[in-house]
Amino acid sequence: MLKRIGKEIDLSGAMTTIRDATFPSPFQSELEYSCSARGTWNIVHTGFLVPESHEIFVCAAGCLRGVVLTAAECGLSGRFSTIEIREENVLNGDLEELLINGVSDIIRQLPERPKAILIYTSCIHHFIGCDTTLCYKKLREHYPDIDFTDCYMNPIMRKSGLTPDQIMRRQLYSLWHQPESGQNPRKMNIIGNNLPTQKNSELYTLAGIAGYDLTEIHDCKNYAQYQDMACASANLCYNPVAKAAGEMLAEKYHQKLLYFPVSYSYQEIQKSLAEYANFLNIPLPDYADVIAKCDLKAESLKKLIADTPIMIDYTATIRPLSLARFLLEHHFNVTRIYADGFTQEEFQDFNWLQENYPDLEIFATIQVKMRMIPREYSKKTLAIGQKAAYFLNTPYFINIIENNGFWGFSGILEFLELLEDAFLHEKDTKKLVQIKGVGCGTACI
Amino acid sequence: MYINYNLNHNYQTARIISTYTADVSGVCSALFELGGMSVIHDASGCNSTYNTHDEPRWYDFDSMVFLSGISEMEAIMGNDEKLIHDVISAAEQLSPKFIALAGTPIPMMVGTDFKAIASVIEKQTGIPCMGIPTNGMHTYVQGVSMAMQTLAEKFVTESMPKTKKISVNLLGVTPLDFSLNGSVQHMHDLLNQNQIEVVSCWCMGDSLENLKLAPSAHVNLVVSYAGIGAAEYLAKKFGIPYLIARPYGKAFSSEIIRAIRNLSDYPKNQKNLQNSVLCRNQEIPGNPEIIMIGEGISSESLARAIERETGKTVGTIIATEYDTNFLSENARIARDEAELIPILKNPDLKYLIADPLYQPICPKSVKFIRLGHEGFSGRIYHDLMPDLTEDLHWILNQL
Repeated sequence: MLKRIGKEIDLSGAMTTIRDATFPSPFQSELEYSCSARGTWNIVHTGFLVPESHEIFVCAAGCLRGVVLTAAECGLSGRFSTIEIREENVLNGDLEELLINGVSDIIRQLPERPKAILIYTSCIHHFIGCDTTLCYKKLREHYPDIDFTDCYMNPIMRKSGLTPDQIMRRQLYSLWHQPESGQNPRKMNIIGNNLPTQKNSELYTLAGIAGYDLTEIHDCKNYAQYQDMACASANLCYNPVAKAAGEMLAEKYHQKLLYFPVSYSYQEIQKSLAEYANFLNIPLPDYADVIAKCDLKAESLKKLIADTPIMIDYTATIRPLSLARFLLEHHFNVTRIYADGFTQEEFQDFNWLQENYPDLEIFATIQVKMRMIPREYSKKTLAIGQKAAYFLNTPYFINIIENNGFWGFSGILEFLELLEDAFLHEKDTKKLVQIKGVGCGTACI
Repeated sequence: MYINYNLNHNYQTARIISTYTADVSGVCSALFELGGMSVIHDASGCNSTYNTHDEPRWYDFDSMVFLSGISEMEAIMGNDEKLIHDVISAAEQLSPKFIALAGTPIPMMVGTDFKAIASVIEKQTGIPCMGIPTNGMHTYVQGVSMAMQTLAEKFVTESMPKTKKISVNLLGVTPLDFSLNGSVQHMHDLLNQNQIEVVSCWCMGDSLENLKLAPSAHVNLVVSYAGIGAAEYLAKKFGIPYLIARPYGKAFSSEIIRAIRNLSDYPKNQKNLQNSVLCRNQEIPGNPEIIMIGEGISSESLARAIERETGKTVGTIIATEYDTNFLSENARIARDEAELIPILKNPDLKYLIADPLYQPICPKSVKFIRLGHEGFSGRIYHDLMPDLTEDLHWILNQL
């Protein structure tokens, strides 16, 4: 019964070369296709990072379906509840009542009192003008032992200011209390990441040398440890979508924001490390040896991989163009990028690639033709990321999202290890790419 | 504003259970295999929910289901031009056999006129276009029903001679109720082995061209409540009687075969169109020791099938849209935890048959029998969705 109805499709509108691409949006915004690669996190996964918390989504059934099953697939249904908005609520305009009473009803039924509740309101609340401020005020008054925060599943606002992803990463820290004992000058946080930063990163080693305690939300085993993050004197982030969180925390808690964007450029990494060392008040270590190690590893890997085409998608790394540039500078055969747009951090790399590798292909991932383009490639191809693996139907791929917590020279070395493994060992692409939220919960699928 | 911090009312909450696939996904599921292009008019999220949790065919079958990506400003300004432009642009690139537009909450709130938009698109492209005003606030049963009825009204318009052999259309068939476990093929086999021809199957394993032959069938077999809209249309337009039942187990399936033969005599033997709700229990039963939760026709049919095999009384809780006139004495309509939990406190209850995501609200004294339902738990429990078309032992062995 199952069949593919793919036919010859011309690629215009779904593919361009970097020579002809415009920055930061190479493709028209029209109808959108969503492919089967599902490894990236959503706002449900991110919210679960707050220890001892409970999530409550208040939406229409259609919107609840995806988030309910996200929690169920993670094995975290016990930390997740819903309130369903129906037609009569829209007609009666009783969303405030529904929200307060619904949350109260859920609290009453929970087997244990949560330390915090993340309430996700929806597009409907926004459009109907629901007084959510009143709702939170009433709930905080009635449940003084529970911290409440406002989260949002309102994708209709994704083109108006901060995106839902940026807001979620910001709200992740909105439950912090003002520290009674003041700031700890030797304590810092890494903020805004869905996946934990690799502990062998230079970010940790330099903090260790300087005697700083560096904490990430993933390290917090309980709510008290999470609250302890508020005592830090600085927050460090490297993901562009986490900058808004850092700015909020700088304003609210007077914590210095250090922004060191993920990069595969030695110069950019060095620049960040120099600034970091300066903040830590320690001399910048000499990284010549580790850079040589990266080059050596890349060189030996190039001998193994030879001219095998490499294709990169934007879900695997925050900086696909920086990664492409690194690999091309080390003579790997990068032929294609899958991305619907680029962050401002990529501008220099975009220009460099346009000048030096103008035939590099840029493929959209959501353009409608991508549904019909045959998912195949004529010879062994290495994919970096799930979407690339899906579109190429290759078993040779790196199954990571969001850079997998890699940062710096150590991150480059870790990445090259994964590239080698991906080249040598086949993976079950169909099974792996359909799992939601790589690295979250118990993932029973 | 009435604030009630303590009392136990139904605030449409689910502390822990799942929610059914929504109407908008039902539309896409119904139309998936027919070569059309379905467009969900939504900001974001509905398409990934559909293709991740509601559509087990998504990875292997390149059906055209897309999202409009409506923004705040387009909604506020009532900018339908962007939707019309984008749909036409995609249709020109992909040449679908038809186009279907399905709605979500925000288009409902701003009063989007889907039928008018469909008419504009159809005129400009020459491609048949249907506007299906779902709003994401009902279950898939309503969405599938709306899609199948609209499809019938659009494409099944001409009378034709009946087939020589007794024949049926199967109405209400989607993976949301039938999964991909072989049960659809098994239904075909069952009918064919009993010399009953299947003219069309709405809408799995069949083509748009074949669905147009529906008027040549003698009977419509409505195997999920999602088929009722098309059944009503085909009854009114072409005088085809319908039978409401899903084949489960040998005994109940045999009753279905006999009922099809009886109904196929219409209009030869009857003056008035005579439909039949075979899955409704006609007797006044005792208190059930077995209850099952799920979609109306599937649950009621499986309940009757188990009763035939075991002699035990089986009650049902129907958690999706259903006609109260079709209800058995032992059937209840309930959807929220606040409605479900009191029903399950019945002291006579020994077994609960339901999707595993209902297990957290099953009383500890009751044995829970896990029967996966794509429309409730999506892809999580595919290994608990057996084909029970003729053989019920998978369940009977657990009773």
